[in-house]
Amino acid sequence: MIRITRRVEFSASHIYHNPAFSADENRRIFGKCNNPHGHGHNYTLEVTIAGEPDPKTGMVLDLKELKEILQKEIVDRMDHRHLNYEVPELAEKIPTCENVALVIWSLLKPKITTGKLDRVRLYESADLYAEVTDGDCS
Amino acid sequence: MRVSLTRRYKFAASHRLHAASLSEEENRRVYGKCNNPYGHGHNYEVLVTLTGPVDPATGMIANLGELDPFVERQVVDVFDHKNLNEEIPEFRDKVPTTENLCAEVFRRLKNFKSATLERVRIEETSKNGFEMTMEPSAKAWA
Repeated sequence: MIRITRRVEFSASHIYHNPAFSADENRRIFGKCNNPHGHGHNYTLEVTIAGEPDPKTGMVLDLKELKEILQKEIVDRMDHRHLNYEVPELAEKIPTCENVALVIWSLLKPKITTGKLDRVRLYESADLYAEVTDGDCS
Repeated sequence: MRVSLTRRYKFAASHRLHAASLSEEENRRVYGKCNNPYGHGHNYEVLVTLTGPVDPATGMIANLGELDPFVERQVVDVFDHKNLNEEIPEFRDKVPTTENLCAEVFRRLKNFKSATLERVRIEETSKNGFEMTMEPSAKAWA
């Protein structure tokens, strides 16, 4: 099996705030991420597809096709957007790196019809990333 | 779906690779430049990976507000700007290779309460990376 990985970038803003918590609890739990005016990141997304290369083309999946999927499903949806207010899939969730990566996995999974979605890794900064793979959450 | 969270930390430290059980000549042959008697140093980067359920109330596997001070206390404060051979008791009788350092960092982090420690990766330089994962073989170390 071969794995191929494509990287794309997008920039977005967000805020961590749970309406079920008091203002004090929100500040204590989420710290600076609870700033009411929000803040933003340059996200780097790495998407890995696993499969066997087609003997005729030598490709697991045409990277151009993957690029178009990532553009349409993720970048167009999230780039220069506010994740809380403009991405309906995150409307009821705290847009942490974990949750954004999980939403990205769910958006991509049905669109990858050649090869298999193997891994989604989302960097919120150079020092922090969340990774989603197939399997049970331990 | 399985989700994990990885955070990078940094510290700088010196060490010397020298095994007391080997002769001077064998030490030089095995460890090369790393056997220089005066030691040398690296900027180490430690990537800590946690797994566990995402808390629906916070959207988090682990709160970085909790993880950061834990790793600072358990690892960064302990190793940063230190001589690993001379100042870290675990390396008095153990060669501070990055394999051994990885195992020691894993041991120091494995009791983090809010999530499961899955992997510790230490990059000694941009060319050398070492990983320890929580598998049966790793449990013996940890």
